[in-house]
Amino acid sequence: MDIVFSQVAWLAPLFPLTAFAVLTAMGRGLGKAGAIVATAASLLSFVLALLIAAERLGDSAEDYTGRIEWLRAGGVVLHAGYEVTNLTALMLVIVTLVALLVNVYSLSYMKDDERISVFFAYVALFTASMLGLVLADNLLTLYVCWELVGVCSFLLIGFWFRKPEARAAAKKAFVVTRIGDLGLLIAILLLYWNMPNHALDYTSLYNVFHSQSEALSDSLTTLIALLIFLGAVGKSGQFPLHVWLPDAMEGPTPISALIHAATMVAAGVYLVARTFDVFEASPNALTVVALVGAFTAIFAAAIGLAQNDIKRVLAYSTVSQLGYMMLALGSGAAAAAMFHLFTHAFFKALLFLAAGSVIHAVHTQDIREMGGLGRRMKLTAWTFGIGALALSGVPPLSGFWSKDAVLAAALEKSPWLFAVAVVTALFTALYMARLFFLVFTGSSRGEAVVYVHAKESPAAMTVPLVILAVLTVAAGFVWTPWNEWLPGWLAGSGAGEEEAGAGGWNGVVVAASVAASLLGLLLGWLVYGRKGAAVSAAAAKAPGLVRILERKFYIDELYDIAFVRPLAVLGRALHVFDEVVVDGAVRLVGRSVQAAGKLNTRLLSGQLQTYGLAALAGAVILIVAIAGRRFW
Amino acid sequence: MTMLGSYLTLAAVLFCLGLYGVLTKRNAIIVLLSIELMLSAVNLNLVAFAKYGINASLRGQVFSLFTMTVAAAEAAVGIAVLISLYRRRATVNVDEFNELRR
Repeated sequence: MDIVFSQVAWLAPLFPLTAFAVLTAMGRGLGKAGAIVATAASLLSFVLALLIAAERLGDSAEDYTGRIEWLRAGGVVLHAGYEVTNLTALMLVIVTLVALLVNVYSLSYMKDDERISVFFAYVALFTASMLGLVLADNLLTLYVCWELVGVCSFLLIGFWFRKPEARAAAKKAFVVTRIGDLGLLIAILLLYWNMPNHALDYTSLYNVFHSQSEALSDSLTTLIALLIFLGAVGKSGQFPLHVWLPDAMEGPTPISALIHAATMVAAGVYLVARTFDVFEASPNALTVVALVGAFTAIFAAAIGLAQNDIKRVLAYSTVSQLGYMMLALGSGAAAAAMFHLFTHAFFKALLFLAAGSVIHAVHTQDIREMGGLGRRMKLTAWTFGIGALALSGVPPLSGFWSKDAVLAAALEKSPWLFAVAVVTALFTALYMARLFFLVFTGSSRGEAVVYVHAKESPAAMTVPLVILAVLTVAAGFVWTPWNEWLPGWLAGSGAGEEEAGAGGWNGVVVAASVAASLLGLLLGWLVYGRKGAAVSAAAAKAPGLVRILERKFYIDELYDIAFVRPLAVLGRALHVFDEVVVDGAVRLVGRSVQAAGKLNTRLLSGQLQTYGLAALAGAVILIVAIAGRRFW
Repeated sequence: MTMLGSYLTLAAVLFCLGLYGVLTKRNAIIVLLSIELMLSAVNLNLVAFAKYGINASLRGQVFSLFTMTVAAAEAAVGIAVLISLYRRRATVNVDEFNELRR
């Protein structure tokens, strides 16, 4: 089959990048027109991504790589390039589709914001850099795009920068992910120094780490793998760097759906999957990945149980699901992780956009003030319900299939990890049930005026919801017990053979997963769904536990004491040092020159007699010195 | 030989008197006069060395003649400057003349 569209894959990031350039050049005056331009650009990218994916659906699509020389410094040559594999094709479709839907959704959601064209410019820049990240054929190009998406995330979290919380959240996100980025940078540098020919592209990585050549020692490989993972931990909000993601919900809701649920936070998972060769060469690193993933999954799910902000519940759910993906990666099942990423992107984007629709209607994010909205917003309620069921892992929705793939992988790795994952599934179902019942059923607990005025969102917002809901239902069928197409396709060319596929399907896994999700939903209904159930029922029964969960295990407070305060003190000390010593030295130089100048003006009074006196004094000193030498 | 010491001492005393006058007097005329005094001390030195020096010759005396000529010219210029200054400022107090500062 002729490779046609893969050859022009580099166009995909260029469309949104052009849109960004146009929007930035034209400035704010563009308003609505700018939004349309950005949406059109993302539509073009989506079409291209679809064509590329369709072209690769054949059995033996070759990977396509194109590169240009980027920098030449002495003997060192750096390349920038793109590579189209089945994995990148899948990611392209996910990113462009969600970006397109979010663009359409935002047309309506952001229509009253005076900086709407700035918003769309940022989104376009984000889409471009995310596509670049996906397409990059080497780690350096990836790193550049990696930082770019970080910047866009910062800009968009802080989009409403007049809110102090948004500013703080943006800064927090930037600083916390920076820690991970540093790890990734060090890993890239280590690879650069130790790889043969300083190669950083994935093909070389594959060759080096698969040929069992002794190019890199075991400990070095583990170190590199762990540092790459640190980057992924920062970006994907894994414990202990998860703290920025829930705060990132200060940004506009479409952004939460696009960046902080479907695409950017999945970049960490994608990075690990892309450099999976390095991880496979180091079993210890894989175990660390699995442990961190499992812990994050259950930890964040537990916090999600007690949050009262609709977006924060979803944020912790995202952290937890990303933990799932890491768990799958750590268990050696990259395909399962990518599958979960794929389905999660759809149902989490759906949940966020539906939540945005709710927020749009009632102007609050506190679920304690909602209730009964299902009757006013039927479409939102239905789509949200589908997303919630998918996230809970109810068959036959997509979440069920991908979660089972992850669980099966975890069971192969270790029964303990499996147990943790199943409990997490239970928690997941529980908090989603709580969310759904508190928001959409029962009677309104907020102000009556708001409830009466709450109405279904306009079509620009509901159409993306419906599309995503359909995908949420359908996306799971690419990998089912009777259709093992996806893992084979993902592994397809280049990435490796049998190891990419997870273990087969297992009755125990399916039973445990379904039981966990149904039990969770049932519990949720019993506590929050039944008539007369109180919002704070759980809090009344176990106040201590709920309080700990509400405060997110006091992680923020812990960091505050352990890192933020000492660093602030250090910063203040350095500031004082700067003020007193460094600036002092500078001021001293300035002042002494000034003083010398002042002294000089006093000396140079224009009184010739004074000058003469000075000359006389000098002459006398000279004479005395010369004459005195004789007696020395 | 002892005469040379006396001449030089007298010249030094004259020079110091002149220097004192130049540095301390406020009246510009007196300052000019003091300068003449210092020049006279120099001339005295020249003549003394011409008479009692190691290579005694007329050269020193001729030189002092030139010096006096130049000193006369200098005094003329100095007086001219003073007069024009006096016309502008109506004073001959040297403390007032600090235009060099600007």
